[in-house]
Amino acid sequence: MERSSNLLDEALGIIYDNSSLSSSSSSLPNGSCVLIEDCVETSASFVIHHILKRSLSPNSSSSVVFLSLSHPFSHYDRILRKLGCNLAAQRDNRRFFFFDMLMLGCTEQSLGNIHSGGLIELYGKIQKAIEDSNSSSGNSKCITIVLDDFSLIEVAAKGSFNHSLDFLRYCYTLTSEFGCSLVILNHEDIYLEEESATPILQMEYLANILIKAEPLSTGLAADVHGQLTVLNKGTYDKTRNSMNKGLGLEERAWSHGQLMRNVVPSRLGVPSMLRV
Amino acid sequence: MAESTCRVLRDGALEGELAPALTIKDSILTPLSFHVFDYVLSQLSSYVLAGKSQSSGMVIVALTRSPSYYVNMLNSGGIDGVSMDKWHVLLQKLKGCGQIGSCPDSSSGVTVFRDVRNLEKLFSAVLELGKGIVGQGKDRFCIAIDSVTELLRDVPLSSLAGLLSNLRSHERVSSLFWLLHSDIHNTSTNAAVEYMSSIVASVESTAQLKSGQQGLFLLEQNLRKAKLRMRLKRRNGRVRLMSEEIHVEQSGVTFTSISSEESVAQTLVPKVHFNLQLSEKEQLDRSKVVLPFEHQEEQNGVATEAEKSGMTENSSRGEIIYLRDSDDERPDSDEDPDDDLDI
Repeated sequence: MERSSNLLDEALGIIYDNSSLSSSSSSLPNGSCVLIEDCVETSASFVIHHILKRSLSPNSSSSVVFLSLSHPFSHYDRILRKLGCNLAAQRDNRRFFFFDMLMLGCTEQSLGNIHSGGLIELYGKIQKAIEDSNSSSGNSKCITIVLDDFSLIEVAAKGSFNHSLDFLRYCYTLTSEFGCSLVILNHEDIYLEEESATPILQMEYLANILIKAEPLSTGLAADVHGQLTVLNKGTYDKTRNSMNKGLGLEERAWSHGQLMRNVVPSRLGVPSMLRV
Repeated sequence: MAESTCRVLRDGALEGELAPALTIKDSILTPLSFHVFDYVLSQLSSYVLAGKSQSSGMVIVALTRSPSYYVNMLNSGGIDGVSMDKWHVLLQKLKGCGQIGSCPDSSSGVTVFRDVRNLEKLFSAVLELGKGIVGQGKDRFCIAIDSVTELLRDVPLSSLAGLLSNLRSHERVSSLFWLLHSDIHNTSTNAAVEYMSSIVASVESTAQLKSGQQGLFLLEQNLRKAKLRMRLKRRNGRVRLMSEEIHVEQSGVTFTSISSEESVAQTLVPKVHFNLQLSEKEQLDRSKVVLPFEHQEEQNGVATEAEKSGMTENSSRGEIIYLRDSDDERPDSDEDPDDDLDI
């Protein structure tokens, strides 16, 4: 039996309870912007899978707009199936909108077009999906926009960080326009060699939940893959009209077992919780 | 003191003077400048509403956050739709591209501006909007820009400087304030923007991060509490330095003053090995010392050394006549007596 809510949920502000029947409680807080930074040694894509699973859980009414630049649909479908969530069925239910952007900036049509409007066109599509979803359901429900991953947007924009950040800003406005939440995966180590770390800083200013995945500072370990640092700056919740202060900061270790199901974060220094 | 800054912005500019401008800057370790920005914005808004300020309207240039955020914020602050015509949010995010604004143009005081790189157009757009709010008379309006950092992504510093100084010197602008993320720009850019503002409010960490120390908990603390350092250039050229503590709470931000001695010691006194301040006992002792020119009245009783040695017997006696201005000034004070003159 799965525990109802784990530490990662807690840090992200997700209230998840298996037993409760209340709807839309298991999605990210409205208007939140989550930036996930990982590096080559420690991939943090499991956080994305976790958020996907929570957002698409049966007792939630929220939906997901997924922009994939790194993997095809079948990849996510396989992983989420192991986690107990059927993406294909959710896609048919119109709760999961998958944008396959693997060819962004590569096709002849979009080549050369990307500066003048390729990304803007993409934004238009996202916006339309959200508006459609909102109008079909009547009341505005929580929509999570997931971007996997940002560095490939930069590649598609021919390395222009400025254009990519513009795109991100457009998506960011959706968080306050429609109450969506935004999840971005980016790689921290690709900016390390630059003279100044301003690109990643500009994104960090934007985010109100920052998740960093790093190798353990103490070195390699057999079971423990690395550590997650979650910084929750708190979000302004329109519905409650108050500042929601989440966890300030948490430090976790996580283990990658043979199955993705075993990815369960736990507090550092509590080794008994590492194995599930 | 954050309040006194708001009052300076409220009082606006005199005829023929530059409008007061406030730079709010922070860094990623203490990213609280948006809270300060919101505080200043809502304070100024309430002044405008109450008719207390020089400006009778406000133009917000929104680059970082979407206009609906500001509309919501102002609404929740008690500003209803009726008085929304005093505010104008200028959304500036779309770069010369077609039809993708999610904000309907010119509804509920939101205008979409599409050409970010052309700051001359932006200048005239801001003025036009401002004049639209306050009418064609002599009324003034204030301008909020969030943030200058975003503008600097697209335009060189020189054009930004041109925009800011043009706005400051315009006769219809009462005051301005803007945001700056200082660690994204280099030192010279920061300095240039600070030169163009009469008040600089910088959000700083309350504790310094020591090298090697794991700063996670400090970082968490910085999200709730920080120090706000203000540098206020007054009309007569005098500079006032102030610090305050900001606390972020559920309901918003609150400011508490750091005790003045501490703040003076932190801001003005350089790091020296000797003590520049006097303790109470030392001050008492010093007040008891009789200074040379105060011997005069006791002259009859006391003979000076020169008289003792008989050297001044035949020469005429020299005298120093000193009249102290006021009793509250210490006899050896080096304070400029004309300090309070407004020249």
